Amino acid sequence: MTELHHLTLAQLAAGLQKRQFSSVEVTRHFLDRIERLNPALNAMITVSGQQALAAAALADKKLDAGNAGVLTGMPIVHKDIFCTDGVLTTCGSRMLSNFVAPYDATVVAKLSQAGVIALGKANMDEFAMGSSNETSFYGPVKNPWDLAKVPGGSSGGSAAAVAARLAPAATGTDTGGSIRQPAALTSLTGIKPTYGRVSRYGMIAFASSLDQAGTLTYTAQDAALLLHAMAGFDPRDSTSVDVPVPDYSATLEQPLAGMKIGLLKEFFEQGLDEANAKLVRDALKIYESLGAKLIDVSLPNLPLSVPTYYVVAPAECSSNLSRFDGVRFGHRCENPVDLMDLYKRSRGEGFGAEVKRRIMTGTYVLSAGYYDAYYLRAQKVRRLITDDFARAFAGVDVLMGPTSPTPAFDIGAKVDDPVTMYLNDIYTIGANLAGLPAMSIPCGFLGGLPVGLQIIGPHFAEAKLLNVAHIFQRETDWHERIPEAYR
Amino acid sequence: MSWETVIGLEIHAQLATKTKIFSSAPTAYGAAPNAQANLVDLAYPGVLPVLNQEAVRMAVKFGLACGATVSQRSIFARKNYFYPDLPKGYQISQYEKPIVETGVMDILRDDGSVKRVGITRAHLEEDAGKSLHEEFEGLTGIDLNRAGTPLLEIVSEPDMRSAKEAVAYMKKIHTLVRYLEICDGNMQEGSFRCDANVSVRPAGQAKFGTRCEIKNLNSFRYIEKAINYEVARQIEIIEGGGKIRQETRLFDPDKGETRALRSKEEANDYRYFPDPDLLPVVLDTSFIESVRSTLPELPDEKAARYMQKFGLSAYDAGVLTASREMGDYYEGVIAKLPGNEKLAANWVMGELSAALNKDAIEVTQSRIDATRLAGLLARIVDATISGKIAKEVFEKMWTEGLDADAVIEATGGKQITDSGAIEKVIDEVMAANPKQLADYRSGKDKLFGFFVGQVMKVTAGKANPGQVNDLLKKKLAG
Repeated sequence: MTELHHLTLAQLAAGLQKRQFSSVEVTRHFLDRIERLNPALNAMITVSGQQALAAAALADKKLDAGNAGVLTGMPIVHKDIFCTDGVLTTCGSRMLSNFVAPYDATVVAKLSQAGVIALGKANMDEFAMGSSNETSFYGPVKNPWDLAKVPGGSSGGSAAAVAARLAPAATGTDTGGSIRQPAALTSLTGIKPTYGRVSRYGMIAFASSLDQAGTLTYTAQDAALLLHAMAGFDPRDSTSVDVPVPDYSATLEQPLAGMKIGLLKEFFEQGLDEANAKLVRDALKIYESLGAKLIDVSLPNLPLSVPTYYVVAPAECSSNLSRFDGVRFGHRCENPVDLMDLYKRSRGEGFGAEVKRRIMTGTYVLSAGYYDAYYLRAQKVRRLITDDFARAFAGVDVLMGPTSPTPAFDIGAKVDDPVTMYLNDIYTIGANLAGLPAMSIPCGFLGGLPVGLQIIGPHFAEAKLLNVAHIFQRETDWHERIPEAYR
Repeated sequence: MSWETVIGLEIHAQLATKTKIFSSAPTAYGAAPNAQANLVDLAYPGVLPVLNQEAVRMAVKFGLACGATVSQRSIFARKNYFYPDLPKGYQISQYEKPIVETGVMDILRDDGSVKRVGITRAHLEEDAGKSLHEEFEGLTGIDLNRAGTPLLEIVSEPDMRSAKEAVAYMKKIHTLVRYLEICDGNMQEGSFRCDANVSVRPAGQAKFGTRCEIKNLNSFRYIEKAINYEVARQIEIIEGGGKIRQETRLFDPDKGETRALRSKEEANDYRYFPDPDLLPVVLDTSFIESVRSTLPELPDEKAARYMQKFGLSAYDAGVLTASREMGDYYEGVIAKLPGNEKLAANWVMGELSAALNKDAIEVTQSRIDATRLAGLLARIVDATISGKIAKEVFEKMWTEGLDADAVIEATGGKQITDSGAIEKVIDEVMAANPKQLADYRSGKDKLFGFFVGQVMKVTAGKANPGQVNDLLKKKLAG
């Protein structure tokens, strides 16, 4: 028998509209699963069951009355980086372990207006700084495919929750791969839209010029539904872009014949496991069989992505995180003797090791005498990488390659080696530096662990990416696989 | 040895926008602490700044008014440092690409010569909050009402050579920002304040001396005192064989001296970088021109017009254009008295200004409006009353709120212009002073003044002085 948690978001939405089941039933079903299955996964930081059920009851009234939207009554999970009015918003940090946000992030508000119900807040790397979800103050998240493995990060809680069917979808954020890499490691569809497509207001900033909100879902079709409700210009975010949001669902079925797919030469050369590469190539063959043309593309500056990113992102974070000073909100040390003591101990106690490492790095690269050599140079390289992408898109419709160099690794395997950990983002960072939309979709398994295919498009090509992903998912069933313990 | 003083000013003018530069919170002064700080001002997690376009418009207005280049692309940067009244841990300011660059401001020296002071730049930034140390025993209170108030920081070249020049420059900018209606200029509330960079060097030396920055001067008097104290302090150190340490200093108005706040070595490394939350400010020519079309007649233009059309001196023109309101008042008077601009100028700068000062009120609150003052001056012009009587009438008008004619009528202050009446008085005076008359006629010309005085005494000063002179001469001659 098909259970509610086997249904995609689109199928649940259809069932709700047809009143095959109620929002309260769906919500309760997922809340029950969270209660039962989350303790082993640690995917959730806060579960707001009562609010969710109350909202579900209201949604049912709307659905009964026939004036509901397509997402009305749909329960999802929010990454704990989004401020939620009246609900604990920790950003995975001790610093905000007591912070109840007094307002909703624009993403949360828009989804809520669309009738979406928030089940709770998902675990994440502290302040979204991490690729394994091991930097969270709330402890590591486990990968539902193998509890000894990491789920990826920083949206690891969102990924684990959806992969384990604790929720049909989740919001996430992606600064250097934080949606796509966990999606790849947990066999989900993850999309990071164009920088500026989704408002950053209320999304706790890590690196402002790179952060972008997106979704983790089972299918591209689900992502199309959810992203449509999240995207759009927000007057409260100066970097959000005022271009119309297309109906992503309307173009999912467009045929791919004649489409040009660029294969990122540098991705296949750089530290990619051969077995992993083969799965990606197999996926590309499917596209070829659908009439797409594969073209080798070189982005010569792309190998500089990781060092560039690890200058720009820490620089911005070192400044963004200055507001956490123990004065107005968040963690404050006991009995400070003076102002400097208040700052030092509140921040020293409130932040974890990885956050401190990045604040230190960022402070260094912005310092007098080093700014030109690091920050300014990184910005110039960033421009070169962006130009590389622009040149590539003059000849191809989308770019494809692996999402992550390896499948999920063991919890604890890389925590003592930050540089190895940073190399996890080697394929994903480029899209953030250039502000491009990018996705990861499931394309197979290696030793029982999921592998992702990355698709990168030109600015505001979300509809094309979702179309390309959807057609692939019509031909394959990787995205339908559910880890055994969570079926 | 003789020393030359070198001064540059950084003026902070709070822009008179209704809301803050990056948030929708109101900017009004004097609300209960933290009542005007919203989530953006409090730097809550997740909030973002959105630039107030009105602040941009005002900065452009200033740039155009001081003949500066208005940058078509300027950039906001973050100035990073920790302080409790700086909620984000950084101040959003402009660093490498300010909105206004290279303007000028002409000031009038005491000797009447004009001096040109260069304006290096003017940039937009947000004000910080206030730390309240006095009211809390052993603690510091934080009021973030001011946090996020838009500031225009106007940076001059080190072109001023005395405290007086610095004050003249500061006053000139003060006048300009109020003309432009971009700043209320209220120095007590801190809406208009400056930091002064002061150094000294041996006269004739090209290289600048080591400078000290005196922070937060918020009255013209303090600026002059602080700079003069600082100059004397620096000269004393150098002449005593010492060296000036580059440092930031505070002026203590009670003691009239400056004291060190922090040295250059202790200064923060602000780690400026472009604020990724804000897009570059891109202004097209049509926007800049639309702002230009809203510029009022500027103080210098107005002063030039007064000198050219009304024949006023540079000093008078400067005083009458020191505020837009003063100019408006003056023009209100002369509109009714064409041809008597100099008389009107004397009265506005003399009696009226003295009365305003005495009551400590602004010209807009004057107890005698421009029309009434014109009415009074018209009676001088048509010789109904003398200038001396007019001053008495003015007093009454000021205290009783009456028209000039009503006061003149009630007090009988009308001038005697009837020749027959004046001749009659002269005859009486001559008859009562035969000795003086004889002396005068035998050559003591000096006694003419005595007879004028006697006539005026008898008429209680109301006889028309011109007529008295003419008639006396005739009659005394016999």
